[in-house]
Amino acid sequence: MSDELRYLSLCGMLGYGYSPVSLENAFADKLDFIGVDAGSTDPGPYYLGSGKSFVKTLQMKRDLSLVLKRALDRKIPIIIGSAGGSGARPHVERVLEVIKEIASEQDLKFKLAVIYSDVEKSLLEKAAAEGRIHPCGGSPEFDANSIPRICNPVAQFGTDPIIEALKTGADVILSGRCCDTAVFAAFPIMKGFPAGLALHAAKIAECGALCARPAGANDSLVVTLRKDSFTVEPPDPERKCTPDSVAAHSLYEQPDPYCFYEPEGMIDMRNSSFEQTGERAVTVRGTVLVPAAKETLKLEGAAFCGFRSITIAGVRDPNAIANLDAVEAGVRKAVAINIKNITDDYSLRFLRYGVDAAGGRLEAPADPLPREAALVIEAIAPTQDIADTAISLARSSALHQQFPNRKSTAGNLAFPFSPSDFKGGEVYEFSLYHLMDMEGIDLEFRPEIIEVGK
Amino acid sequence: MRIYDIAFVCRSKNAGPFQLTVDLMFKTREEFDRVLNSPRFVPETIAPLYRTTPDKVQIKVFERILTIKVVLPRLCGSGSPEDTDVYGSQQHFPLGDLDI
Repeated sequence: MSDELRYLSLCGMLGYGYSPVSLENAFADKLDFIGVDAGSTDPGPYYLGSGKSFVKTLQMKRDLSLVLKRALDRKIPIIIGSAGGSGARPHVERVLEVIKEIASEQDLKFKLAVIYSDVEKSLLEKAAAEGRIHPCGGSPEFDANSIPRICNPVAQFGTDPIIEALKTGADVILSGRCCDTAVFAAFPIMKGFPAGLALHAAKIAECGALCARPAGANDSLVVTLRKDSFTVEPPDPERKCTPDSVAAHSLYEQPDPYCFYEPEGMIDMRNSSFEQTGERAVTVRGTVLVPAAKETLKLEGAAFCGFRSITIAGVRDPNAIANLDAVEAGVRKAVAINIKNITDDYSLRFLRYGVDAAGGRLEAPADPLPREAALVIEAIAPTQDIADTAISLARSSALHQQFPNRKSTAGNLAFPFSPSDFKGGEVYEFSLYHLMDMEGIDLEFRPEIIEVGK
Repeated sequence: MRIYDIAFVCRSKNAGPFQLTVDLMFKTREEFDRVLNSPRFVPETIAPLYRTTPDKVQIKVFERILTIKVVLPRLCGSGSPEDTDVYGSQQHFPLGDLDI
């Protein structure tokens, strides 16, 4: 085993972009592999449920087209994790199309390994029946009744399937949903580097230059991994890492600054040290892996809830702002009466920006009330047509709704747009964000080889 | 004094779709200690602000960078029909208003 390996994290998310200077500088030295993660549940369940990508195709194409040929020329494997953001089959296939398009345009030939991470609903049913599905990260108990509504259930696997793909000698590895760390820890673990350090480095690397100052998920990071330490350095000379900036990264979107959990086990950072070892480089030591006691697999799935339609309006009249509760009650009643012969399967929500919408009504309404407020009314129904109908009724009712001391008798709402209503498309919720106990379950995620450009 | 006025970073974000993390960063040890040691800065006070119970409020201290993390349950999953803040990035209030 070589004593040291060096890799490039292209950027914090495929499609977020990176500086060409970073790429140039990173390529100035040897690189063992290039990784880029795309996975996130942050933008909500819509992307997983609908099979659409959070990042636009042209952005992904830009990020890959600059690096692909250079990497192939130098025989540096590229690993793409959680393709398309959510990493279900439609996301993976879209990124695969992008890669094929670049190959065709740049006349490239290479071996690609694709790993799908979709799981069958029959497995969910079996696992739920056997009591194998447990909450994680604060999720509620799994409701097996949601299985028929779940779209694109995926497993978030760790390093093993990526290691298997690397062993095929693939030039490009395109993975479905996987742990962010798996993208960057698979190669080092395969080469025998300590898993604790490899996973800690991976956790930092997966966000690109977010651990640097100025922080940037839209730029690259170079990691040098050794048997007893790793060093992170942004290849863009405009950025630098400091011990605090790197240590602080373990806070980001994490419930615990001293440890995190991966399928491989708990990564313990209680004894980690962060040392400035270059003008812009920080070296980390002391992180260890406490191996998992039992094998589990994280599952993600978004359940379909209906279609959304919204209307947006401003309210300036002070009596109207003071009576938004009364307006809402009146509108709900009017819609219920008028939609009765069409359906009763719809829901309405009133979001009062300026008053209490952003805080989700955790707090009492603003006092004093604002001079202006925005009213967003939302309808969710089983079809887009019914949602559109419900919002149309709600909007016209709200415009003319009576309330105490009403002086603005010609209309309550200032619509900034015509048309005033907007289709929001499908609505989902994360109903599956759980760990599956894997003991006795035979489930493998195998790479499939595709010869691109032949 | 409000926590929001003492901390130089007061931010919230999802920690997965079902949890929120509120991070409070301080410039000085005194400010950090003032909040951390306040009898009001305890799960019993914070829980009702977020409509949860004290056992579900975790306070984690990252002393090396004078940071306190408060982990809270979300009232509903990120992006679900009931949600009002998909990224959870404006949920540092009401905690920011807690008077220390």
